[in-house]
Amino acid sequence: MIEIKNLQKSFGQHHVIKGIDLTIDKGEVLCLIGGSGSGKSTMLQCINGLHSIDDGKVLVDEIDVFDKATDLNKLREKIGIVFQQYNAFPHLSAIENVALSPRVVKGMKRKDTLDLAAKHLEHVGLGDKLNHYPSQLSGGQQQRLAIARALAMEPEYMLFDEVTSALDPELVGEVLDTMRMLKDEGMTMIIVTHEIPFAREASDRVAFFDQGKICEIGDARQVINDPRELRTRQFLERVLH
Amino acid sequence: MSAYSGLSWSDLLFLLDGAGKTILLTALATLFGTVLGIALGWLRDSSRLVGWIVAPYVDVTRSVPLIIQFVLFNSFIAIAGYPLNPLWSGTIVLSSYMGVFTSEVVQAGLQAVRPELRRAGRSLGMGYWTEMRYVTAPLALRVVFPSWIGLVIGLTKDSALVGVIGYIELLRASQILINRTNEAILILLGAGLFYFIICYPISRYSQTLERKLKQ
Ligand SMILES: Nc1ncnc2c1ncn2[C@@H]1O[C@H](COP(=O)(O)OP(=O)(O)O)[C@@H](O)[C@H]1O
Ligand SMILES: [Mg+2]
Repeated sequence: MIEIKNLQKSFGQHHVIKGIDLTIDKGEVLCLIGGSGSGKSTMLQCINGLHSIDDGKVLVDEIDVFDKATDLNKLREKIGIVFQQYNAFPHLSAIENVALSPRVVKGMKRKDTLDLAAKHLEHVGLGDKLNHYPSQLSGGQQQRLAIARALAMEPEYMLFDEVTSALDPELVGEVLDTMRMLKDEGMTMIIVTHEIPFAREASDRVAFFDQGKICEIGDARQVINDPRELRTRQFLERVLH
Repeated sequence: MSAYSGLSWSDLLFLLDGAGKTILLTALATLFGTVLGIALGWLRDSSRLVGWIVAPYVDVTRSVPLIIQFVLFNSFIAIAGYPLNPLWSGTIVLSSYMGVFTSEVVQAGLQAVRPELRRAGRSLGMGYWTEMRYVTAPLALRVVFPSWIGLVIGLTKDSALVGVIGYIELLRASQILINRTNEAILILLGAGLFYFIICYPISRYSQTLERKLKQ
């Protein structure tokens, strides 16, 4: 379970997260929607301690992310994150990309990590690209590679930050399908996305972010088909038309 | 015919000894300078305060001609009462020079690694040094390598300046022989050929390696 309590975050004078309370249960899929600059990425990166916070609490399985005694590297092993930019390590082949952290973080044997990496790459449909370098992969393939790389650490949570936003339209589907597959396998996920139909059909709940706050949160169909808040309605009208 | 009479086999040995000293000095300065440069480059990249503290040292080392640095350093340690033999004072000054230029290159290399990649490494559970070792350093190395080779080649040639403080390396040895024999062209051709023989393989090898790294 991930619990966020009264989260506050500023960059200098710029107050970006203005008090967020949010709980994500094991097995749940939550989609975050909202305008650019509303703080979605920042909040996501607070969950695995990539950003510091100014106030509030983030608990992951009861572990306080911002407690000085918390081993962040250990915590990050259970939280996979995939970003909007393609972040495959360009000097490593696909299989080496995926095998790297199980080897250097978890100390697994090289041979085992290669088997593990091959398994995860096959899982996301890249079984025939094991020895390709990132520069030889399409954007969609690179994003699936990033997903496989995160999954190889066997995380309990997966965070996705607009992973399809940089993709050519025809490549969006394959990445969304990969996330749907993870949902079917029971992965707990927080997905920041602009793909509204995907959010409606693939998530349990949807939260609408507005200016550093959660303006509305609820059942996916309800929030998207029948929003209670005017601002949600206006946002959805803007992005859907 | 009298022009040739001055040159003997022992002169050739004298030149070879000078060449050996050029290689020794260059190798030492490359080693220490690179280690210093990596440390300095990393420090300057990670901390603005350090960058600010070392700025005068960096600026002076970069802007004052090397030959003046050799003479001043040598006189300074002599006045301070710790005279060093020319090899060591030469090594210290050249290493410091190499270190400063290497640190610039290292800094540029570190900055060339996209912060998103470093963040991706950290979010996979890698600690600072693990990420540095497996992600940032290999990527920075690819950027830095050609310029670093350029520095080593420059250093080989710059090592000739250590002659001014009495280190008899290749060029200084050549000058001594020229004074005695008047065989300027022949001896300088020989010495020039020798620098070429040292530097050319380095640059060829680096091109091959660079192509391999690019892959
Ligand atoms: N590292 C940073 N330094 C300063 N400002 C930042 C930083 N990251 C994000 N911001 C600012 O915080 C606000 C929220 O950004 P972000 O969380 O990326 O929003 P979203 O993901 O919803 O588009 C934006 O105004 C952005 O400019
Ligand atoms: Mg964002």
